[in-house]
Amino acid sequence: MKEQSLLVIGGGIAGLTTAIEAAEVGREVYIVEREPYLGGRVARMSRYFPKLCPPYCGLEINFRRIRSNPRVHVFTMAEVERVAGGPGNFEVTVRQNPRYVDADRCTACGQCAPVCPAERPDDFNYGMSKTKAIYLPHALAMPMKYAIDARACLGPQCGKCVEACPYGAIDLTMQPRRLTLRVGAIALATGWKPYDASRLAYLGYGSYADVITNVMMERLAAVNGPTQGRIVRLSDGAPATRVAFVQCAGSRDVNHLPYCSSICCLATLKQARYVLDQYEQADVHVFYIDIRTPGEYEDFYARVRADARVRFHKGKVARVAPAPGGGVVVEAEDMLSGRKLRVPVDLLVLAAGMAPEVGAGDIPGLDVAWDDLGFASPLPDAGVFPVGVARRATDVVTSARDGTAAALRMIQLTAS
Amino acid sequence: MAEKPLVYICSGCGIGEAVKVDQLCALAEGELKAAGVKAHPFLCGPEGRQLLAGDVTQGRPVVIAACSPRVNADVFRWDGVTVERVNLRELVAWSQPGGSQAAQHLAEDYLRMGVARAEKTESPQPTPVATSERVLVVGGGISGLAAALGAADAGHDVVLVEKEPQLGGWVARWHRLLPQRAPYRDPQPSGIEELIARVTSHPRIEVLTEAEVESTAGQPGDFTVTVRRGEERSEYQVGAVVLATGWRPYDAGKLAHLGFGRSPDVVTSVAFEEMVRAGRIARPSDGRVPRRVAFIQCAGSRDPNHLPYCSSFCCAVSLKQALYVREQIPDAQAFIIYKDLRAPGPGELFYRRVQEDEGIFLAKGDVTGVHPGSDGQVIVEVEDSLLGEQVSLEVDLAVLAVGAVPATADDPALHLRYRQGPAVPTDRYGFPDSNFICFPYETRRTGIYAAGCVRQPMDAAAAADDGAGAALKAIQSIRMAARGEAVHPRAGDLSFPRFFLQNCTQCKRCTEECPFGALDDDERGTPKLNPSRCRRCGTCMGACPQRIISFDNYSVDQLTAAIKSFPVPDDPEQPRVLAFVCENDAYPAFDMAGINRLQLDPAVRVVPLRCLGSLNVVLIADAFSRGIDGVLLIGCRSGDDYQCHFVRGSELAERRLTNVQETLDRLMIERERVQLVHLAISDFDRLPALTSEFVAQMKRLGPNPYKGF
Repeated sequence: MKEQSLLVIGGGIAGLTTAIEAAEVGREVYIVEREPYLGGRVARMSRYFPKLCPPYCGLEINFRRIRSNPRVHVFTMAEVERVAGGPGNFEVTVRQNPRYVDADRCTACGQCAPVCPAERPDDFNYGMSKTKAIYLPHALAMPMKYAIDARACLGPQCGKCVEACPYGAIDLTMQPRRLTLRVGAIALATGWKPYDASRLAYLGYGSYADVITNVMMERLAAVNGPTQGRIVRLSDGAPATRVAFVQCAGSRDVNHLPYCSSICCLATLKQARYVLDQYEQADVHVFYIDIRTPGEYEDFYARVRADARVRFHKGKVARVAPAPGGGVVVEAEDMLSGRKLRVPVDLLVLAAGMAPEVGAGDIPGLDVAWDDLGFASPLPDAGVFPVGVARRATDVVTSARDGTAAALRMIQLTAS
Repeated sequence: MAEKPLVYICSGCGIGEAVKVDQLCALAEGELKAAGVKAHPFLCGPEGRQLLAGDVTQGRPVVIAACSPRVNADVFRWDGVTVERVNLRELVAWSQPGGSQAAQHLAEDYLRMGVARAEKTESPQPTPVATSERVLVVGGGISGLAAALGAADAGHDVVLVEKEPQLGGWVARWHRLLPQRAPYRDPQPSGIEELIARVTSHPRIEVLTEAEVESTAGQPGDFTVTVRRGEERSEYQVGAVVLATGWRPYDAGKLAHLGFGRSPDVVTSVAFEEMVRAGRIARPSDGRVPRRVAFIQCAGSRDPNHLPYCSSFCCAVSLKQALYVREQIPDAQAFIIYKDLRAPGPGELFYRRVQEDEGIFLAKGDVTGVHPGSDGQVIVEVEDSLLGEQVSLEVDLAVLAVGAVPATADDPALHLRYRQGPAVPTDRYGFPDSNFICFPYETRRTGIYAAGCVRQPMDAAAAADDGAGAALKAIQSIRMAARGEAVHPRAGDLSFPRFFLQNCTQCKRCTEECPFGALDDDERGTPKLNPSRCRRCGTCMGACPQRIISFDNYSVDQLTAAIKSFPVPDDPEQPRVLAFVCENDAYPAFDMAGINRLQLDPAVRVVPLRCLGSLNVVLIADAFSRGIDGVLLIGCRSGDDYQCHFVRGSELAERRLTNVQETLDRLMIERERVQLVHLAISDFDRLPALTSEFVAQMKRLGPNPYKGF
C-alpha cells in the first residue's frame, strides 16, 4: 500500500519544518500557503535572536531542501476551504486564488512592474512602503515569481504589464481554482499576527507616527525594508537614536491578550541591539514587567544589559505625548527607583504580542480544540496537529520542535 | 573524464541585451568544443523545455547558461544527467552595465568555468547503509519514553536503555505537573505510569533497566552498541540514537550562601516535590508542619558563579509548589522571591491564578543571605527591589529552586568509538552543540539526536514533544542512510568523499577537522570514511594537503580546472579577482544583489563552494600562479554565534588562511591579496562596495608578480 500523503496548512517556519521533516522521511507532503511566498512571519524579520543571524539563512536551506525534494508540493496563494473525512482519509478542498501570473512562464525578470500604473501598500513592510500592483514579494521569495494584487490592479482595461511581459506570463482574467487533496493527516501551522496596536491608543499608536510596533521595527532594521535598514523616525526620517520599548503591549493584560507572548522580551533585546549597533550615541529605554529570557537566551540578555546605553525600567508607561521637534515623550514610573520618568525619544516601539492568525470556524470541518485564548490543541484521534504559534505563543526553536514532533505523529497515524 | 557537454544559452531576462549571445555560442563551439550548442530566448518556458527534453540524453552532461542555479532547479533536472548551471542572469546581466566589454568577458569566463566543471563531474553513486532500522533511546525519562513510543508506533523496533531500576526519570518522582491545557489553572497528574505501561507492553520496544551504554560504534543505519547490565554485556545493531539522558539538579552543596547545609530546613525544590509526593510537607529538622514557606528563585541559575543560563522551568515549578503548600496546609503562607517571574506563554494564566491566592506572596528581590534563626526558623534576607529596603523574612522552611545541569556536561553517555572522542560535542554549558535556532535537533554527530532537558532546560510537556521530534529525526536519518542520502543541510545529496589512499601521508588533518566526526582511522592509520555520518560539506577535501579527497561531482581537480579555464589578461588596468563563496549564504547574497540590480565589479569571478571549509589552499596557490591578482573568501560568521551550517567551515578557512599568508610571504606576494570576509545572506547590499574596494586595492598593489609566468 502506498503511504498516505500529508497536508500542512501554512508555510511559515513551523509549517515548513513539518513538511520538510516528513518529506525527508519519505512522505508526499502538500503545503498550502495563503501568501504568494513561503516563509511566513519570519521572512519579514531582519534578524533572529540570540545570534542576530538573518532568518533567510535558515530559510534558504529549507528552500533548498524543498527544491531538491520532489515529495514536497507547494501551493501559494491558496487557502483551505473545507475539510471532510477523517484521519487516514481526509478530503480537503483548497481554493487556489489567482496570481494573475503564470508561475510556469514568469521568470521574475522584472519588466512588468515599471510599467504598472497602480500601487498598493506593501504588506510585507507592514504598509510602510508601496509596491506596484504587480510585485515580487521580496528578493528571496520562494517561489521567485511575481504576483498581482487584485485589490490594486486596474484590470484588463489597463493591461500594460501584459504588453510588457516578454514571456506571456500575465493573465488578468485568471480565475480561482478549486482542488481536492486526499491526505491521511493534517498539520495546522497557521501562525500568528501582531496584536492590533490600534487597540492600545493610550500608547499613542495611530496618533503619532513615531509610535510603531515591533514588527515594523524589524522592517526598519531590514536591509530590504522600506528604509534599507536605517532606523529612523517615521514622522520626518531623522535618525532614531533615542528609542524606547514598551513590553507587554497587549500581552499579560486581561483586557487584551491574557497570556504572555513569550518572544517579545527577546525581540526587544534584539531590536535594542539594532539601535546600539547602528548608532554610537544610542539611548535605549526598556519598560517592562519581567524580562523573560529562558534557557541560554539569558546570555543574550546579559550581553545587552552590559551595554550602558540601554536602561531597563520596571514599570508601566502611563502616558505618551508628542515631543516638540519630533518623536514622543514617554511618561512612566520606575517601580524600582520610585522615580517618575519623562523620557523623550525618537521612536517608541510597542512590543506587541502574538495573536493567533486562524481561529475557530475559520476552516470548516477542521477537527481541533480551540481554547479561550484562541489557540488550537489536538483532539484525540482527530488526525489534526496544531504546531508553532497556532498552538501557543512561542519562538522559532519551539516551532521547529513542534513541526518535527508533528511530522512523527502524522507518520505514526498513517503508517501502513 | 566525462564527455563533452551540450551547451544551452538563454538570452532571456536581459541576458541577450547585456552580452552578445552569438559570441558565447561561438566560444562554446570553438574553444570549448561543446558537443552541441543552442541559444534560446526563453529556455525555462514551455518551448525551451521541449527543446531540452528532445536533446538531453543519459550520460551526456548539460550546461545551462541562464539564470541562477537557485531558481528553476526542477525545470533543468533530468534523471541520470549531470547538469551544470552557469549564472549569466544574476551574476552578469543583472549586475553589469549592459553591452560592456567587461560584461562580455565575464560571461565568457563563467561559461568556460561551467564547461570545465561539467567535464569534471560524474553522477554520484550512492552508498546505502542499511543494516538496522532499530532506534536506540538512551534515558527512560519522559523524553526518552516519548521518543521510544514515537519511534515504535511509527513502525521501528526500539531498544530503551535506562540506568535506574525503573523508568520514568524525574517526572515519576513529581507530585503534579504544570497545567498544560486551558484554563491553565491547576497542576495535573503526570500520567507517567500510563506512559511507562505503554512502553513496557509495546511489542516493538525492548526495555533495559539498570543498564548503561558502554560503547557506540559505526554510523547511521549501522551502529553497534554495547549495553552493560551488571556484569552482563550485550550487543545491539541500531540505525540511529536518541540521547535523552536528561538533567540533574545543580549541586545545592555549592549554595551555602542560600543556607543549604546550614539549616536542615533549607531544601531543594526537588526534595520538596518528593516530600509532597510522599504525602506530607514537614520540616526535616523536627517534622513540624511549616506555617511559612519561602521559595527562592534562581538558586544557582542566572548566576555567573554557578549556572549563567536560566533553567526555564523553576519559576513555574515554584508557583506550583506554593499551591501545594496552600492545599496541604490551608493556613500556611508561601513567599516566592524572584528576579524576574518567568511564566511564558499560557503559563501567565497559571501565574495569575497563583497571584489570586491570598496566602501566596510574590516579591521581586535579591536574596542576600539565608541562615538559621534562634528559634529554629530560617531567616531569609531579601533586598526587596520594589520597596528598596532590606527585609528579613522569617520562615519555617526555605525551598531553593535549583537549576538544571545537562547530563552531557560531564557524561559522554554513548561512549562513542569515534576518533574525535566519546562525547557528542557540547556548547560551553554542556548542552549538545547545534544550530540552535532553525535546526535545533542537528547535533554534530549524525544520526544522534538529543531530546529533553539534556538539549535545553524545559518542562515535562515540552520534553515529551522533544522526544517525539528526536524520534522523527532518528527515523529520518535511518531512511536517508538507507537511500545513501545525506541528511541536513545537504539533504538528499548522494555524493560522498572518496580517498585516493595511495597518496595519503596519514597527516590526520581530515579526520581531525571533520565537524561531524565522520572519519576514523583504519588499521593502517589512513582515514576511514563512515559514509552515512558524512554531511558532504567537503571540509576534509579542504583540509587535505595531498589533495586525495574528492567527491564525484565536487573536487579540487574540478575547481582547479574551472579557475584555469579562463585567460587572465596581462593589462594592469584589468585585474582579475576570484571570489570563493559559500553557496549557502554568500552565493544567494550575490543573487540578491543581482535581483536588486546592484552593480558589481566585473573583475570579480565568483566560484561557489559547498562551504568555505571545503576550500583547499592549493586553489589559492593555483590562482596566483595563473596570474590572478587577488582572492576573496566569502563565508559565514564563525565563533560563539557561528552561522556556518557545517559548524566549523568558516573557522577552519580562517585558520588555514594564516598558513596561506606565510606561504605568500615566502613567494613575495602581498598578504592583502587574500582576504576573508564574513557575509550573511542578507548582506547583499555590502557586495558592490566590498568587491569594488577589493579590486581597487589590487589595482593599487599593481599586478600579481607571477602574472605572465
